[in-house]
Amino acid sequence: MTTKKSDFLFRLYLVIFLAYLLLPLIVMGGAAFNDSRFPSVFPWAGFTLNWFVELWNDARLINSFKNTILVALAVVLLSVPIGAAAAILINSIGGATRSILYGLMVAPILTPGAVIGISTLLFWNKLAVPLGLHLAVLGQVSYIAAFVMLLVLARLQSFDRSLEEAALDLGASHSMVLRRILLPHLYPALGAGAVIAFFQSIENFNITLFTRGPYDTLTVYVFSKVRSGITPTINALAVILIAVTLTGALVVELRRRRVQAKSA
Amino acid sequence: MSASVELQDVCADFGSFRAVDNVSLSIEAGEFFSFLGPSGCGKTTILRMVSGFISPTAGTISIGGKDMRNQRPNQRPTALIFQNLALFPLMPIWENIAFGLEARGVDKKTRRKRAEELLALVDLPNAADKTVAQLSGGQKQRVAIARALAVEPSVMLLDEPLSALDLKLRQHMRAELRAIQKRTNVTFIYITHDQGEALAMSDRVAVMSHGKLQQVAPPREIYNQPATGFVAAFVGESNIFSGTLASRSGDRGEFQTESGVFKGRLGPDIGDGAKLYVRPEHVKLDAAAINGNTIPVEVTDIAFEGNFISIQTIDATGRTVVSETRNDGTASVPDRGTKLFASFDADKAFILADEAKNQPVAAA
Amino acid sequence: MNDLVHRYGTALTLLMCLAVAFWLVILVIVPNLYLFENSFRPYLPVQDMGGPKDVYTLKNYLTFFNSPIHITVFISTVLYSSIVTVICFVLAYPLAYYLSKKVSVKSLPAIFLLLTVPLWVSEIMRSFAWFIILSLRGPLNYLLINIEVIDKPIRWMTGFRSVIIGLVYTYVLFMLFPIYNAIQSLDTAQIEAADDLGAPWWRIHWRVILPHAKPGIASGSVMVFMLSAGSILVPTLLASTNSRWFTEIIQQWMFESLDWNTGAAYAFLLLILCTVFVTLVMRIFRVKLSDIAK
Repeated sequence: MTTKKSDFLFRLYLVIFLAYLLLPLIVMGGAAFNDSRFPSVFPWAGFTLNWFVELWNDARLINSFKNTILVALAVVLLSVPIGAAAAILINSIGGATRSILYGLMVAPILTPGAVIGISTLLFWNKLAVPLGLHLAVLGQVSYIAAFVMLLVLARLQSFDRSLEEAALDLGASHSMVLRRILLPHLYPALGAGAVIAFFQSIENFNITLFTRGPYDTLTVYVFSKVRSGITPTINALAVILIAVTLTGALVVELRRRRVQAKSA
Repeated sequence: MSASVELQDVCADFGSFRAVDNVSLSIEAGEFFSFLGPSGCGKTTILRMVSGFISPTAGTISIGGKDMRNQRPNQRPTALIFQNLALFPLMPIWENIAFGLEARGVDKKTRRKRAEELLALVDLPNAADKTVAQLSGGQKQRVAIARALAVEPSVMLLDEPLSALDLKLRQHMRAELRAIQKRTNVTFIYITHDQGEALAMSDRVAVMSHGKLQQVAPPREIYNQPATGFVAAFVGESNIFSGTLASRSGDRGEFQTESGVFKGRLGPDIGDGAKLYVRPEHVKLDAAAINGNTIPVEVTDIAFEGNFISIQTIDATGRTVVSETRNDGTASVPDRGTKLFASFDADKAFILADEAKNQPVAAA
Repeated sequence: MNDLVHRYGTALTLLMCLAVAFWLVILVIVPNLYLFENSFRPYLPVQDMGGPKDVYTLKNYLTFFNSPIHITVFISTVLYSSIVTVICFVLAYPLAYYLSKKVSVKSLPAIFLLLTVPLWVSEIMRSFAWFIILSLRGPLNYLLINIEVIDKPIRWMTGFRSVIIGLVYTYVLFMLFPIYNAIQSLDTAQIEAADDLGAPWWRIHWRVILPHAKPGIASGSVMVFMLSAGSILVPTLLASTNSRWFTEIIQQWMFESLDWNTGAAYAFLLLILCTVFVTLVMRIFRVKLSDIAK
C-alpha cells in the first residue's frame, strides 16, 4: 500500500498542514515588531519594540493579567480535587449508576460555554451572589473538573487495587492508604490535570464573559481591545504569551524525556 | 507469636452463588496448613474472610480464640501475601518492608534497621535501596514475605504466591518457605491449586471442591487414604471404575463393575454414586492370574517418564487401566500387545463417594 | 460504594462524595435546571418580580419563533457549523492516518510538539491572527497580488467564509487528535492483511480503517460542532454584518437588552441543538458517550 509516491504526498501534506497551523502565528508575531499603526507585516515599516513598551504601560492589562492568574489558580485548586474524587468514585461503582454519573460528569464538556456561563450567572444571581471572578471560577470548574476526572480515571485503570488491600492488611489507616499508596500513583495525572486546568482557565472566554461582572481577565480584555480599536500591542501581548507557554511546554517536554531516558 | 485459627460453620454467598459452604475446621498455632483445590472451589474466599476483606455470610472465624467479627483487615493479627505479591512499586524495598511499621508509628531509624534485619532473614542483604522493578521474581517473593513478617503477624496467609515463578524456582521456594515457617513458628495458611506444593510443604492439607471441605488430613493420609472420590481423582492419579456396591462387611466391601467384582476399602458416607479408585502404582501386571481383584488386560502403550514407567492397558470391556512401575534401572517392560493380568491389593483400592455429602461430581 | 468505605474509611468517602455532589449538583445540574426554569418566565422590572405578572409563559420562545431573522441566524449557525465539522474531518483524517500508521515513532514527539503549538495560544489570538491575514490590506491579498493571482485586493471578511476559515483553523486539532488516537489502536496487521488480500486503498480505508476510527470521528465531530456553534470570539472578530452567529444574538439579549430570561431561552435552544447533535452522532456512529468523551 505504501508507495513512494503516496508517501511523498503524505509528507507534503504534513508540511503544508504544519505551515497552515504555524504561519498565522508567525504573521501575528511579526506584526508585533512592525512600526505600523495597523497590525500587519506588509508593508514592513521598520522594526520597533514600541508596542511592547506601550503594553507594559497599560495598567488595565497588568491588572487583568493578575486576575487571570488568580482565577486560574483557584480553578486548579478546586477542579483537581473534585475531578480526582469523581474519578475515584466512578471507578469504584458499576452498572447503571456509573453510566448516569459518567454522563452527568462529561456533559459540561459537551455544553457550549455560553450556556454554562448564563446558567451560572442566573443561578448565583438568584442566590444574591454578585457577579465577579468568583463566579467565573465556579463556571470554569464545572467543565474543567471533567477534564481532570477523565485524566485521573485513565490513570486509575493502571492501578493495582490489591496494593490498597495489602496496605490495609499491613495495618495502614485509611488516610495512609490514600497518602502513601493511591495518591503517589495518581501524581502524574494530577499534575497533568493541574496544568490543563490552568491553561484551560487562562484561555477561557465564553464562561468568563457572562460571569465576570465588572472585572477583566486577559482574554476578555484583549477581546474588548480588539473591538474598540486595534493596535499592535495585542500582537505584542500574543508574542509574550506564546513565548511563555512555549517555554513552559518545552520545559515539560524536556523533563519528560529526561525521566524517560532515566527509566529506560 | 503464633495463633490458632478456628472456622465454625462458615458460609460465604455472592448473590445466589455459595462460594463457601458450611466449612468448619481448626488450624493449630504454628501449623503449616494448606487449602488445596481447583480454581473456584472457594479457597481464596476463605483466605479473604480470614484476612477480613470479606465477611462470612454465616458462621464465625476466630484467631487465637478471639472472635474476628467486625475486626477490619488492619486490626487483625494476620498478614496476607497476595497472589501478585502487591509490592508497592513507588517505594524502595526497605520502605516496602517497613510499611507495616510505618503504619504503627515506628520511627524511621528503627524501621530502617528492622527492614535490614528482615532482608537478612530472607537472604536478601543489600537490596534495601533497590526498587521493586530491579528485583527478580524470586527476590520479589522474599520481599513480600519479609514485608508480611515485619508486622509480626500470628498468622500468615499466602494466596498462591509461587504461581508466577518458573518450575525450578518454585521448587526452591517451597523449601525456603517451609524453612522460614519453621524458623519463625508463625501459623501459615497456604492457598494453592498445585498438589505438589500442598503435599510437600504442609503439616495438614484441606482439599476443597465446590465450597465444601472434602478432607482435612496430613499430606500422606490425603494421598494414601482419600476420603472422597474427588480427593482420589484430584490429588495424584487414579484408575476409576464405575459400578455399584454389592456387599459390605465392616470397612470392606465388594464392588460390582462391568469388568468384574472387586474388593476394596470403604470410604465414609457412601451413597449411590460411589466409584472404585486405584492408584496406578498399586496396579501390578503379571503373566498369570492371581486370586481376587484380577482382570485380563492387553498392553496398548508404554510411556517412559524418567523416574517411573507408565504402562497403559485395556481390559475386555475396553476400559483403560494404567499401571506404574518405579524405574530402578532394571525393570522389565512388556511389549505392546502383550496379554497380561492386572491386579491390585484390596487394601489399596477405595470405594468412595464422589464428593463430600453427595455433591455432584466436579468436572475434572 | 461499600468498597470505597472499605478502602478509604467513612470520613474520606464522605468527603469525596461531598466534593462530587458539590460539582454535579451545585455547579452543573441546578444551574441548568434554573436556566430552563428562567427561560419560561417573563422579563420584568424588579418591582414586578414575584407579582401577578410573574407567571410561566412561552413568550421567550415565541420571540424566537416569530423572528425570521433569528431563525435564519440559527439555521445558518447550524449549517455553517456542520460545514466546518466536515471540512475539519476532511483535513484531519489523512493526517491522522499518516501520523498513526506511517510516520516513524522517533519523529512523532517533535511533530506533535509543533502540532500542539496553536493549542497553547489562546483562541482569541488565533482568531486575531486570521483577522490580520484576511484584512483588506493584509498579507494574503498582498501575496496574491504580488504573485499575480489577483489584480486587486479581495474583501475576504464578508459572508460566512472568513468565519469558516477561522473556525476550521481554531478547531481542526480537536478533530485530529481523537481520530489519531482511534486509528492508532488499530492493529497494523489488519491493514496489511486487507492489502495482502488485494483490496484497493480506498476499500481498505472504507472497510477497515474508517470503521475503526468511528469513535474518534464521533468524538471529533461533537467537539468541533459544539465549539463552533458556541463560539463567540471567532464570529465576533471575523464575521461581517451580513453573517451573524447565534451566540451574538444571545449576547445581545444578555448585555444590550439586559433581558436575561429571553437570553436563557436562547441559550437553552443552543443547548438543545448541541444535545440533539450529540445524540445524532451517537446514533449514526453507534458509539457510547464514554467513547466520545475520552
